[in-house]
Amino acid sequence: MLYREAGQFKTSYSADQQIFPILQDRYGYWVILAIFGVLVPMLASAYWLKAILIPVLIFSLAAIGLNILTGYAGQLSLGSAAFMAVGAFGAYNFRLRIDGLPFLVALILGGLAAAAVGVLFGLPSLRIKGFYLAVATLAAQFFIVWVLVKFPWFSNNASSGVITAQDVVILGYHFDGPQAKYVLTLAVVAALALAAKNLVRTATGRSWMAVRDMDVAAEVIGIRPMRAKLLAFAVSSFYCGVAGALYAYTYLGTVEPEGFNLDLSFRILFMIIIGGVGSIMGSFLGSAFIVLLPILLDNVVPAIFGNALGAGFASNLQLIVFGGLIIFFLIVEPHGLARLWQIGKEKLRLWPFPH
Amino acid sequence: MSAVMTAEAPVAEGRRIGEVILDLQGISLSFGGVKALTNISFNVREHEIRSIIGPNGAGKSSMLNVINGVYHPQEGQIHFHGSRRQKMDPHQAAAQGIARTFQNIALFKGMSVLDNIMTGRSLKMKCGLLRHALYWGPAQREEIAHRRKVEEIIDFLEIQSIRKTPVGRLPYGLQKRVELGRALAAEPSMLLLDEPMAGMNVEEKQDMCRFILDVNDQFGTTIVLIEHDMGVVMDISDRVVVLDYGKKIGDGTPDEVKNNPDVIAAYLGASH
Repeated sequence: MLYREAGQFKTSYSADQQIFPILQDRYGYWVILAIFGVLVPMLASAYWLKAILIPVLIFSLAAIGLNILTGYAGQLSLGSAAFMAVGAFGAYNFRLRIDGLPFLVALILGGLAAAAVGVLFGLPSLRIKGFYLAVATLAAQFFIVWVLVKFPWFSNNASSGVITAQDVVILGYHFDGPQAKYVLTLAVVAALALAAKNLVRTATGRSWMAVRDMDVAAEVIGIRPMRAKLLAFAVSSFYCGVAGALYAYTYLGTVEPEGFNLDLSFRILFMIIIGGVGSIMGSFLGSAFIVLLPILLDNVVPAIFGNALGAGFASNLQLIVFGGLIIFFLIVEPHGLARLWQIGKEKLRLWPFPH
Repeated sequence: MSAVMTAEAPVAEGRRIGEVILDLQGISLSFGGVKALTNISFNVREHEIRSIIGPNGAGKSSMLNVINGVYHPQEGQIHFHGSRRQKMDPHQAAAQGIARTFQNIALFKGMSVLDNIMTGRSLKMKCGLLRHALYWGPAQREEIAHRRKVEEIIDFLEIQSIRKTPVGRLPYGLQKRVELGRALAAEPSMLLLDEPMAGMNVEEKQDMCRFILDVNDQFGTTIVLIEHDMGVVMDISDRVVVLDYGKKIGDGTPDEVKNNPDVIAAYLGASH
């Protein structure tokens, strides 16, 4: 950075424990929030809002959820999409079956339903770790989607399990345009991201990281690994669930259980690997990267090669670039974009005098 | 400080050795057919430094694991602060005021020194998930109150300059010191140290000895110490128990232990 912490002395622990201890960072945060909260909805086109910004925000939320579980608590999961499905179908059913239930309450209830299911499928984590746990969560992925298809009650007896999200109304205001939906999504995501940041920098987050890094030592100093793991599953699934509900209500409008398939789980996993395992900001970076990259390739590849390559090759190229990048990140920078950002900051702190 | 002085040190320094607070009677522990500990009895008095020594594989670490509930002995009784302990897990032991460090450093590698030591205060923190998420009012006050205590420990251990460094980047000697800090953060009444000086150079050992004696002296913490450096053990211990092949072969003041023929045989080999 071209600014430094020089001259900014902390005189209290509360000043030292802020999320952004450097003044310029704090301003930067508010400026970014103002840009995305005020300027973007005024200036961006409907396409940008609907097809890019809203999904980036929603996937960021899901990635934060997975990051809490995998990055902070160290429990590998391949069931994120299924927990999103629980959130989406949960919120839908709560609104369908309870008259006059406010949207935000339904959103939270959907998240809580996902949290409950998440705890259930997190129970194996008390016994198994690593790859074996990943396989156990894979069971959640297939089982939940199967249940949602098998029992038409969840989709209000729709023929193919497709649900159409009800109108989003908060205090009489209809959120139907892309601007309104974007602002709503941004507000929910920003609030939950802040809550996640607060969780991971306080005792709850420390207990997760302690269990991740050394569970025997954690137990010896009085942390209950069982409780910490299940709490991580609950919070993670809550985030995924809310993301799923937003996915249905502010992004797609109509969703089906098969939309929340293993592919989606993997995409969210890639987001945290590329963005940064164990970083809230990395969740945003990874999500933006994964959503924007295909769009970028769609635009860049024809511009370079014209139509010589054919549509099929272009989409394959996308997969090749994807796979290549994931391997690149795993080898070069396992902590992802967030880590690169941090390294860049540390280097710039000394720039232009390296000593 | 010579060993002879140490035997009288409690009186000289005004450090008051109190009643027996931990009493182990007839402890036997086996893993399948392997007997790790056989019928071991000894006790620990309040405020003393009690060392456990013995050759490799003698069962010293197993003994600590029994004391803080990681292992459950098949036979024997443990009395802690007068009450008989049934099977307990490490969490309960921590709640009763037993903290420990590990032979192989068991720090949380991805976290900063400050966060590592803060985890030591987990049992004293009461706020729940929602308050943490909001970081408002009680949760913030709690974090800051505990930060203050942790800063006292950081001052005590003279590691102010590295408080924000991830522990994975620290040299070995400092990591050992941070681990001691994490154990101290729980304000334990009994501290179990498993080879706190293994792999250290002379200066680092001197520092660590100083910290152990200071902890014992200033906070009155009872210390159970496993250590291989005989010079250190004989210098700072009040009483020493010697294990060999899972059996107790000696118990007493450093002088008594030093002159015990069984102990000499175990360490140097007996002439037959």
